[in-house]
Amino acid sequence: MSNAVTPAPAAAKQESGGALSFYGVWLIAAAALVVLPLIFSSGGSLTSFSLIGIAIIFALSYNILLGQTGLLSFGHAVQYGLGGFLAVHAMNTVASHNWPIPLPVIPLMGGIGGMAFALVVGWVMTKRAGTVFAMISLGIGELVASSSLILRSAFGGESGITTDRTNLMPLFGWTFGPQIQVYYLIAFWVMVSAIAMYALTRTPLGRICNAVRDNPERVEFIGYDPHVVRYLAYMFAGFFAGIAGGIAAINFEIANSAYLGATQSGLVLFSAFIGGTAYFFGPILGAILVTYLQLGLTNVTSVWQLYFGIIFIAIVMFAPGGIAGILMKHRPLIRAGTLGTVIPSYLVAAIPTLALALGIILTIETVARFSGGDAINLLGIPFVATAPTTWAAAAVLVVGGFLVARITWRRVAEAWDRAATVARDRGYLA
Amino acid sequence: MTAAIEVNAVEKSFGNVAIIRDLNLSVAKGERHAIIGPNGAGKSTTFNLISGYIKPTSGEIRLNGEVTSGLRPFEINRRGLSRSFQVTNVFARMTVWENVRCAVLWATGHRYAFWKNVDNLPEVKQRTAEILDDIHLSHRRDVPAGLLTYAEQRELEIGITIAGGASVIMLDEPTAGMSHAETERAVALIRRLTEGRTLVIVEHDMSVVFGLADRISVLVYGHIIASGTPEEIRGNPKVKEAYLGEEVD
Ligand SMILES: Nc1ncnc2c1ncn2[C@@H]1O[C@H](COP(=O)(O)OP(=O)(O)OP(=O)(O)O)[C@@H](O)[C@H]1O
Ligand SMILES: [Mg+2]
Repeated sequence: MSNAVTPAPAAAKQESGGALSFYGVWLIAAAALVVLPLIFSSGGSLTSFSLIGIAIIFALSYNILLGQTGLLSFGHAVQYGLGGFLAVHAMNTVASHNWPIPLPVIPLMGGIGGMAFALVVGWVMTKRAGTVFAMISLGIGELVASSSLILRSAFGGESGITTDRTNLMPLFGWTFGPQIQVYYLIAFWVMVSAIAMYALTRTPLGRICNAVRDNPERVEFIGYDPHVVRYLAYMFAGFFAGIAGGIAAINFEIANSAYLGATQSGLVLFSAFIGGTAYFFGPILGAILVTYLQLGLTNVTSVWQLYFGIIFIAIVMFAPGGIAGILMKHRPLIRAGTLGTVIPSYLVAAIPTLALALGIILTIETVARFSGGDAINLLGIPFVATAPTTWAAAAVLVVGGFLVARITWRRVAEAWDRAATVARDRGYLA
Repeated sequence: MTAAIEVNAVEKSFGNVAIIRDLNLSVAKGERHAIIGPNGAGKSTTFNLISGYIKPTSGEIRLNGEVTSGLRPFEINRRGLSRSFQVTNVFARMTVWENVRCAVLWATGHRYAFWKNVDNLPEVKQRTAEILDDIHLSHRRDVPAGLLTYAEQRELEIGITIAGGASVIMLDEPTAGMSHAETERAVALIRRLTEGRTLVIVEHDMSVVFGLADRISVLVYGHIIASGTPEEIRGNPKVKEAYLGEEVD
């Protein structure tokens, strides 16, 4: 399932001249952001949407590095966190001086903070790509995270620095006390940032970023210094990460060392990768999914990180293109009208795969709760962790599910090949 | 008149192995110059030296009179020299169109611009379309370069090299691995695209070399043993002995 699938010219031609549908996508997104809280108006959903918005900007900024320029960073939270701290300081300063600066401008300060840091450390960091960059980003991440605990005046030590967003001047009567107002502030910045980051990919710099990702060596022979390209990409990524951090500071009214840490850096890598780095919208999907998983899983299991790890490994192994990659693989089939021939095989494969997943969950929870804890509630059935029947059920689900799933996925691959052949014949697949 | 390329007493060693020994080469402006020589003679290494990919151990290289040895490849490229690679070296995940367009951007002055929409640059669009037309890949414009056939990739390689409008073009075995018909087409293409420019070409196919080149240099063991017109090279006993053998007679 991992072979490259690319649309053929026939399919691509239909796309060009689709400026209307292009603007349509952004308009629909904006409209969705406006009406979403009207449909789901509970406090819980507003909080979730706000977190998702922050995660989307952060993940998209990460993809300027990973997906667009081919830079694997293990320390992207540094810019996010510094943006957050700068935003908190800015809010406190603005409030104490009664400056006429409204809250929605504050994320820009975060962006400037993230970019300023990138400006200073970036030139040395981006000299080389690959492992060297990855290792330096990890080192810088650790350095800044540990400094933040030591430099108490700037970072507030363990407890961080708090702020009160309602102390800034109201804007059109909005104090930004209620979460719904914060939500709209975030939604505004999500739209602006997403459009700006998309536009960036359509500029000469954005295109050369892709060239540097694909082949930095050759870029040198068409007039470009890949070091400069990486440096600029790193600054833009820092800018938008800082904006995300600034919004987070507004949302939580605090900035602390957790903002800058390795966990946060790992989470954004995870979101971008699960969503799929090859497409602009991939990290958006990843951010939504990961935030929901994080919120949902922490309520039902104490070992939620374990599930994150398993999902990550599964994506790396079976769908390295992420969710976006899986979706886009189906586009030529939809165009060619052959998707229908694949779906039955998917449905068949879903059953044993689900059984396998349930078996894995049961196994993990059995181990996690063996020495105490509530009964495992799986599909409404209570399982007791210490009962041999539970172990047996888990074993049957895992082994049986795995064996049957293997066969059914082979069927899926066959159905896929047939559908792809037809699509190729009809000129929708290269 | 200053030469387009001038290589003066260049030496290059990898470790303590001398690969290029006392290399002297002069290519006049507007000349089509072929470099021939047996496998491992150092032809690609010579290209790497002139294009800035590697630095000479000693000696000096000039481009249009200006010393370029020691400069980075992009600096040399900006001064008007563009080269292709013996092993195809394209942007695999980007489409054919994007590959060529990237090679057009610096030369059209758009550099690192992040405030312009790349799709709204008429001269870039036009030039990219022309190049695609020239290399016969217009019908494949939206295919990722990594999925092209071998011959198509070789043509794209030439397209990327000439797209920036450099005055000095260096092609490293552009027809290697091509069928006879493909080679003929590629040679016609090279002849047309390098009209009015300086061309340095490495080529193993002798019919291509003698058909295309104004001058030929013969490189053996990192040293140029003869340099001259095709007739002079044909008649040169040293060349016959070292390299050509009966091949040209
Ligand atoms: N980076 C390097 N490190 C060490 N040795 C090298 C390096 N590059 C080239 N060489 C050696 O230098 C010699 C010349 O190589 P080069 O690629 O220039 O030959 P060539 O004339 O282009 O041959 P071919 O016709 O096979 O392409 C070879 O023996 C090669 O092994
Ligand atoms: Mg060679």
